[in-house]
Amino acid sequence: MTAEKRKILVKLFLSTLYISTFTFGGGFVIITFMKKKFVDEYHWIEEEEMLDLAALAQSSPGAIAVNAAILVGWRMGGFLGMLTAVFGTIIPPMIILSVISFFYAAFATNTYIALLLKGMQAGVAAVILDVVCTLGAGVVKNRNIIHYIVMVMAFLMTFVWGINVIYIILAAAFTGVCLEMWKKVRGKKE
Amino acid sequence: MIYIQLFFSFLQVGMFSIGGGYAAMPLIQSQVVTHYGWLTMSEFTDLITIAEMTPGPIAVNSATFVGIRIAGIPGAIIATCGCILPSCVIVSLLFYIYYRYKQMSTLQSILGSLRPAVVALIAAAGLSILQLVAFDGAEVSLANVHWLECGIFLVAFLVLRIFKKNPIMVMLCCGVVELAVSSIVM
Repeated sequence: MTAEKRKILVKLFLSTLYISTFTFGGGFVIITFMKKKFVDEYHWIEEEEMLDLAALAQSSPGAIAVNAAILVGWRMGGFLGMLTAVFGTIIPPMIILSVISFFYAAFATNTYIALLLKGMQAGVAAVILDVVCTLGAGVVKNRNIIHYIVMVMAFLMTFVWGINVIYIILAAAFTGVCLEMWKKVRGKKE
Repeated sequence: MIYIQLFFSFLQVGMFSIGGGYAAMPLIQSQVVTHYGWLTMSEFTDLITIAEMTPGPIAVNSATFVGIRIAGIPGAIIATCGCILPSCVIVSLLFYIYYRYKQMSTLQSILGSLRPAVVALIAAAGLSILQLVAFDGAEVSLANVHWLECGIFLVAFLVLRIFKKNPIMVMLCCGVVELAVSSIVM
């Protein structure tokens, strides 16, 4: 293994470990933190590529955080990278949960811990919406009216109507297929 | 024997839960509470509370928690491996397909439409957390607004947008500010 590759693996392990330790509340949270780290800070992955990986992670079985780690791992360091990123992602919850399962009663009723967690939730909301602003600006810049509609519809479907995410992903993919077919049909006519 | 049961039970959780965290919950419940009786329903509820309060995916958290309860640390490791194995195989395949066929125009078009949908999904996830923070689970009305948390959110958002500070640091600071202000007021 070259020194360069080893350096990337170490960086990958430390960053997935770090992200996994501090991300509360679901798969999309971890994806926003990965975007901040791997796209904005390290410039390892393009913004659009990260969104593609997020879609893949979301539509595969299993935990989104683990799926995203697998994808980023393969992308950065092949098979070894995948293993590195997966270990980095699962070690923190395993250790933290092992410890907590022994002290559960004390942990759950502690007022200070509850307050700390509540404040951190406000912070998580801020981080996610900050990333959304950046990503949303990227979509708006493309000036594709169908994409605007997909974005608004997907938002209404999940936030207002509570439709299962899988159907939303499928509907968006189907829209993509239709767009492509329409483009081909129109191309033949001209 | 118990290790094999743990492994296959969480293998199923990993294989059939699509859509993350909350999608996995009913599956875990059917395996762990209904089928094997490893946890009672009230222990399972505790588990979900812990999983929500701590970092990490619910499936991995449950695998660790149940594994430790049933068969100690080795149980935790085996259950966790079972729950991530399907992801490792399926997602790796998808990764291969994605990079092999990325240039194809149909896949381009599908990905093009998926991107705005993913942005919307992330936005919805963020807003539901914000709603939980602002109203603390109560009805959405002006009387129920928790002003301190809203203030913390707003400041954190501006700090991130304008000064591009480290998100994890910002998040930890939010926790500390909430703790400090609430302790002084109380």
